[in-house]
Amino acid sequence: MSTDVIEHGDDLVPELEPLHLEAKPDGPGAAAMLAAGIGIFVLGLLTTLNEASESLSSFLEDFQGSVGVGPLAGKTILGSVAFFASWAILGVLWWNRNVNIKKIFYIGLALGILGAVAMFPPFFEAFAAE
Amino acid sequence: MELNSREAWTVVHGLVLGAVFLLAFAGGLAGLWSLRPGFLTTGGIRERMRRLYIGVGTMAVTAWLTVVTGTWIVYPWYRESLAGEELPGTCEGLVKPEGDLCSPRDFLRSNVSGDTSTWHTFGMEWKEHITWAAPMLATASAFLVIYYGPRLVSRPWLRAATLVMFVAAFAAAVVGGVFGAFLNKVAPIV
Repeated sequence: MSTDVIEHGDDLVPELEPLHLEAKPDGPGAAAMLAAGIGIFVLGLLTTLNEASESLSSFLEDFQGSVGVGPLAGKTILGSVAFFASWAILGVLWWNRNVNIKKIFYIGLALGILGAVAMFPPFFEAFAAE
Repeated sequence: MELNSREAWTVVHGLVLGAVFLLAFAGGLAGLWSLRPGFLTTGGIRERMRRLYIGVGTMAVTAWLTVVTGTWIVYPWYRESLAGEELPGTCEGLVKPEGDLCSPRDFLRSNVSGDTSTWHTFGMEWKEHITWAAPMLATASAFLVIYYGPRLVSRPWLRAATLVMFVAAFAAAVVGGVFGAFLNKVAPIV
């Protein structure tokens, strides 16, 4: 069992041996990491584009129904959909597969940072339509 | 001693769910941090994992409940347009938002009680967006903990990556929590 763990280039840990753990492919874990980055990036992108485009702002506002949330309704619904949908798609594609999880993590991290910057008011307000 | 419906939902959103989120984060962080070779016995790992699964799962669920109640229940009361097209409008002379006259957003933007507009343009605008990163990151990191389980002990890089996402979820929630507390002080939802 420990050889399975060593396959990932990890530490040999005697206290895990009695648990008889089988190795798990990294595909599903990488899918979760990347999906979080995609969800945050989409949310950030919509936040900035909402400032720049009145027609997009109106489209995002339509998601609120009669609740009075404004464009935030569309941004958060579409951001959440991007998160869950990308996770589902990547999860299916990478199910039972080993992928380069470090590379995927850093791509997800970069997307997450870009999304967070795009949600920072001084940044997105710079794109506000006149 | 009573709370009206708006005050009760504000308490549920910020205080109840916020406190559960904080507790779950503290437990999850301690559990994840100690998943290191040589720190725990085999029995200790088994026992620790059960609590960790509950902690990270609770944090993820709580994060979703917090942003959904905040955005879809509390936020519409905050952003109602009551004061009219030209501010300060009906907010003139007020020291706090008031019922059907002046919503918290109207009140902050109108600067009728000090220089308050930045609370909205920076504080609320940042809070309402960035906090939605918290449930996504918390859910993904909870999945990683549950999916890999004790294997995280033998994979230090993966444990560190999971911790980064877990702490980032908390950081996003902190922005929401801190600004939420200040905004509720400066312009409470009534």
